[in-house]
Amino acid sequence: MTRDDHAAASTAHDHVVPLSVYFGIFATLLVLTGVTTAVAFVDLGRMNVFVALTIAVVKASLVLLYFMHLRYTARLTPLMVAIAFFWLAIMIVLTMADFVSRGWFTGLLG
Amino acid sequence: METAERIDEPARPDGGTNYLNVNYGIRSWLLTVDHKRIGLLYLGTITVMFALGGLFALLIRLELLTPAGDLVGPDTYNKLFTMHGIIMVFFFLIPSIPATLGNFLVPMMIGARDLAFPKLNLASWYIFIVGSLFTLWAVFTGGVDTGWTFYTPYSTVGSHTKVIPVAVGVFINGFSSILTGLNFIVTIHRMRAPGLTWMRLPLFIWALYATSIIFILGTPVIAITLALVGVERGLHIGIFDPALGGDPVLFQHLFWFYSHPAVYIMILPSMGVVSELITCFSRKAPFGYEFIAISSLAIAFLGFLVWGHHMFVAGMSPYASLIFSFLSFAVAIPSAVKVFNWTATLYKGAISFKAPMIYALGFIGLFTIGGLTGLFLASLGLDVHVHDTYFVVAHFHYIMVGGALMGYLGGIHFWWPKITGRMYPESLARIAALVVFLGFNLTFFPQFILGYLGMPRRYNAYPDEFQVLNVMSTAGASILGIGYLMPFCYLLWSLRYGQRASANPWGATGLEWQTPSPPPTENFAVTPIVEGPAYHYSEKEAVLV
Amino acid sequence: MSERATATARRGSLPPATAHQFDDAIQQHEASGLGMWVFLLTEILFFGGLFTIYTVYRSLYPEAFGHASSTLDIQLGTINTAVLIGSSLTMALAVHTAQVSRNGRLVALFLFATIALGTVFLGIKAIEYAQKFHEHHVPGPYFHYEGADPQQSQLFFCLYFCMTGLHALHMVIGVCVLAVLGVMALRGRFGPDYYTPVELTGLYWHFVDIVWIFLFPLLYLVERHT
Repeated sequence: MTRDDHAAASTAHDHVVPLSVYFGIFATLLVLTGVTTAVAFVDLGRMNVFVALTIAVVKASLVLLYFMHLRYTARLTPLMVAIAFFWLAIMIVLTMADFVSRGWFTGLLG
Repeated sequence: METAERIDEPARPDGGTNYLNVNYGIRSWLLTVDHKRIGLLYLGTITVMFALGGLFALLIRLELLTPAGDLVGPDTYNKLFTMHGIIMVFFFLIPSIPATLGNFLVPMMIGARDLAFPKLNLASWYIFIVGSLFTLWAVFTGGVDTGWTFYTPYSTVGSHTKVIPVAVGVFINGFSSILTGLNFIVTIHRMRAPGLTWMRLPLFIWALYATSIIFILGTPVIAITLALVGVERGLHIGIFDPALGGDPVLFQHLFWFYSHPAVYIMILPSMGVVSELITCFSRKAPFGYEFIAISSLAIAFLGFLVWGHHMFVAGMSPYASLIFSFLSFAVAIPSAVKVFNWTATLYKGAISFKAPMIYALGFIGLFTIGGLTGLFLASLGLDVHVHDTYFVVAHFHYIMVGGALMGYLGGIHFWWPKITGRMYPESLARIAALVVFLGFNLTFFPQFILGYLGMPRRYNAYPDEFQVLNVMSTAGASILGIGYLMPFCYLLWSLRYGQRASANPWGATGLEWQTPSPPPTENFAVTPIVEGPAYHYSEKEAVLV
Repeated sequence: MSERATATARRGSLPPATAHQFDDAIQQHEASGLGMWVFLLTEILFFGGLFTIYTVYRSLYPEAFGHASSTLDIQLGTINTAVLIGSSLTMALAVHTAQVSRNGRLVALFLFATIALGTVFLGIKAIEYAQKFHEHHVPGPYFHYEGADPQQSQLFFCLYFCMTGLHALHMVIGVCVLAVLGVMALRGRFGPDYYTPVELTGLYWHFVDIVWIFLFPLLYLVERHT
């Protein structure tokens, strides 16, 4: 975006979120906190960690989208946030590619 | 701006104020927020660091002149190559082009008055100074011997040298990189002149944008990793210590997640410089502008996927090695795109062999050798053979010195008239460029052979049969040293005695050439308006001067 | 600047002048916002290193991590999560108030509420740290763990202290910045025409909240069901 189209972008940037949305998000976050703690006491086997992380992702997304106004900003900012999380995923996935597959080789031999 | 003639009025010999003479005194420099002055502050600082790193290199080569470890003992030798690596990588190569030429040129190339955050820019220099002082203090009070990679557990429980101060220095230094990258990204996004769309940007800007991405996404990882090494060493808790349940290979993963992309921090800006030089001195628009531009981003991205090729023999899973080997080959594609496009740009161009062009041509050749030998090392089987030998040393010096440093010197010469308002002595500079090229090859080509024959790196003694090649390498290093001293001397000389430079001595097309040399503090009297693509050279003209 | 303008500026109803490198206040505001976001991206990767280490060691030592996690105080952890979410709400309200009104006192009220909640969070954290200290669960020479695999559990506690410690450090910095902003708000510096510092600090504060949103399940809720 060059200097020409600032005006268009600024209206999007300065979006005023209604108060009701803030309180709604706040309530949702509190409920989700309760849910994630409660679910942790239920034995779901391997699913426990996935449920916990899914709830965390939902909560983080709500904070990003509404408290941090990501939903109302120009495309660039959400794209950048997505890239940063993608980079984090690269780091975790490729590192784990090593640790997960370390046992395989001896497994084949033995 | 069609031709050079129109804007080629002689720079005002006196009278007009520019960023250099607008005010004087040490305060006006230490408290400046002018991106051009900050670029010069960085230039001075990293030149000192380069000299220090070069001194260590000189001692290393002197020791290796003879097979016996006679000049320095093994412990001192360990410290020498460690401090050579740390200073050259973290305190010279990484800030080299971005912090000097980048700081100077980014706002001018996009038609802005300054970077978006001038105070942060100055802060980044001070942070760099603090980080450098920490490291220098450690260097002069005993040094450090872990290798520049700080591999655990040696760095946490083995070494008895000053690991923590150096790690703190590198940690602090990282924040200076982050601030520079942040500043560039915001500036390039938000402060381009009217009409300067992304596909009209100079390729140097594309390269620095890609570099900035690595700065902001890679640097924090090395920061936290070194912080953990410090915590582990200081508090004796085990995060990477196998004796305490940790995994030292995990440290290598995190270290190379930054430090492999850091190689692209060094080479990408040089590639940007070379794109500017090749187009200007062959009077042609680049062949495949879009491909060169996008390949910078592709390198920045793919560069983050290949770090495991440093760890093939570190005990990593062979399956992960397969993936990393394959991905390492992928990063050759955008690099090759650049080399092919530069070569195609030269085709039928009106080429003039000015000193910067000689550096640029040298870059293409040396980078190609460095890049292709990188593919040898990315091949699983061959890497086992040449791992930790001089083959690796030669390979990365072809990239970092033959590539990054040649681009840096070419860029310094090319923009010297803009920075200082003076021309450097052309014939002397051409000789220096050739001396650097010859000295470099004589230093490092024998090391490929040494490595292939099996000489391991990081030892102060070696079998007699390697001596001839080592003597060649040391001889080359002394020629290379002269090649670096020459520009240092004649560039300083030119500050006072050099011919006055016009606004656009090369007849180049970038916005930075549309303002007087040296430029006024706010760069442009009137914000320029861009109406066409970059690099509208006409092939008929030759370079003036 | 004319005399009248100076006087208005002193009263605080005029935003500071646009810095020389920008064309106008809008460009300045946008550049500042983008700068803050880019900084937060680096923060994601900064914490990301720790999250990567956590992932690796948890996958290597799932049982030890499960048991060690259960020694943390889940009540305090849950309360703290709620406290932090509350502070995010007050922070959002502070930004909102500055966006729509010139009521500096109300902005300051919300900012100080955020500080208060942040301090409560840090206080509870300190209580938890003290507990761990008494139980000798702090990694190092005095570490003592009664359960199985003390070494692997020590790794968990290393990560627990590094991650929550780094998070707490960010909170402390945030509280300091908020205190400065609170004073500025009381002096009427912020209003619909200029609220960039409040907005940017808000972004930072919410980011710190997000980090905790991930830390809470990863540290406290590993294996509560057994």
